[in-house]
Amino acid sequence: MEALLERIKKGEILIGDGAMGSLLMARAKDLIKGKSPEFINLSRTDILEEVAGLYLEAGADIVQTNTFGGSPLKLSDYSLDDKTEEINRAAVRAVKKVVEGRAYVSASCGPSGKMLKPYGNTEPEEMSGSFSRQLNVLIDAGADIICVETMTDVKEAVLAVRAAKEISPSTPVMATMTFDKTPRGFFTMMGVTIEKAAKELEAAGADIVGSNCGNGIENMILIAKEFKRFTALPVIIQSNAGLPEVRDEGVIYPETPEFMAEKSKELAAAGVSIIGGCCGTTPEHIRVIGETIRSL
Amino acid sequence: MSILERIAQELEIGEDEEVAKLTQNALNNGIPAREILDNGLLKGMDVVGIKFKSHEMFLPEVLMAARAMQAGMDLLKPLLASDGGTGRGKVVLGTVEGDLHDIGKNLVGIMLKGAGYEVIDLGSDVPPEKFVETAKRENSSIIGMSALLTTTMPAMKRVIAILKEQELSGKIRTVIGGAPVSQAYADEIGADAYSYDGANAVVCVYKLLG
Repeated sequence: MEALLERIKKGEILIGDGAMGSLLMARAKDLIKGKSPEFINLSRTDILEEVAGLYLEAGADIVQTNTFGGSPLKLSDYSLDDKTEEINRAAVRAVKKVVEGRAYVSASCGPSGKMLKPYGNTEPEEMSGSFSRQLNVLIDAGADIICVETMTDVKEAVLAVRAAKEISPSTPVMATMTFDKTPRGFFTMMGVTIEKAAKELEAAGADIVGSNCGNGIENMILIAKEFKRFTALPVIIQSNAGLPEVRDEGVIYPETPEFMAEKSKELAAAGVSIIGGCCGTTPEHIRVIGETIRSL
Repeated sequence: MSILERIAQELEIGEDEEVAKLTQNALNNGIPAREILDNGLLKGMDVVGIKFKSHEMFLPEVLMAARAMQAGMDLLKPLLASDGGTGRGKVVLGTVEGDLHDIGKNLVGIMLKGAGYEVIDLGSDVPPEKFVETAKRENSSIIGMSALLTTTMPAMKRVIAILKEQELSGKIRTVIGGAPVSQAYADEIGADAYSYDGANAVVCVYKLLG
């Protein structure tokens, strides 16, 4: 398969996958109950394979692993940190087995759940060491891409990006942060602006930068444009299907596949290189977005 | 500017050493501990809560403010306790049964710890009985509950009902929060307080224990 960054350089827009948690919940609710979603990786790799297959079939060029909370610091919340190796290796293997080179295996690396000093209690060395332990396994197991995602503290994101680049300089690293729209512009929960995110992630060695999760795809169009102003790196956008709305029947994400696909055209026009989904998106969202973008 | 106003201001910008120094000065000047708490530290924390809500302050600054609050509280706590009032206590915290959403609950935990409380975090999907049993066992006077789903919110009501059954209402107080939760819902189910975010949760807990 041609290298990801080469394809982007040629102007191709690649399609990411959609939400993972909801698909896992639907298949292993009892198994996850009170535990980390990564607990599945220890016994039910068949579910990981099934979900990867759904997104591959839907036309995703990039399929993510179930390793969002797979850093030992995060796993320690569930006393699973001694299973870091097995949890991360099994997740990469499962996706790799299914996609068989037809899509890139993107290894997800989410926040540690801890906060850095001085506002938190965690030393940067400890956090960095935790990311290294996870990333070592992900890269060794054969991940094609590392995806540092849903970050709100740029210092934490930078530690993860640097750790990945130290282990394997040639493995492309995507780094995405989650922004909220405020009357004063876009900020992460930790107060990071898009300008700061773009510049610091690029300086840390990220190959692709952007945003995931968030408050819906219309905001993402604005976020993408702002990223493009502050960096020449390729931009990735993986949007939620809107903000969850609480209805009698449960939580609903309001944005339909058709709506998101229509808006994805504006992401493409803004120069975004990878378009995927986050919370609330389904294989159907990815299928319709993919068809729309490929027909441009 | 009065010394209490200065305490509030230094707390807001997270200057823990300055807050400790001013708090000690205020005590040396004979200002009662309760007044320093109410008109200095808590006043500062109120402003932090408002600025956090209006996106003028973000989490790191709020956490630094909580740390400054702790620095002041360390000096006031022994005096408040002998004053007949309670100092900081323990908070039992969790996301209610059937609900796995824990980001908001975790933030509340971080903020409370920052403000010097002992937090017993029961995680997510916590059965009602477990909230009450833990609070009893740990001698905690506050239960904090979080829910993101309208379908799981009623679990809060069950915790309050168990407290009533066991004649613990008023001894163990409840603070509730989460996206679908409101003051109106807190009133409806008889919760002792509704908190709209982490900084506000600290203020709520102080007020309940004060």
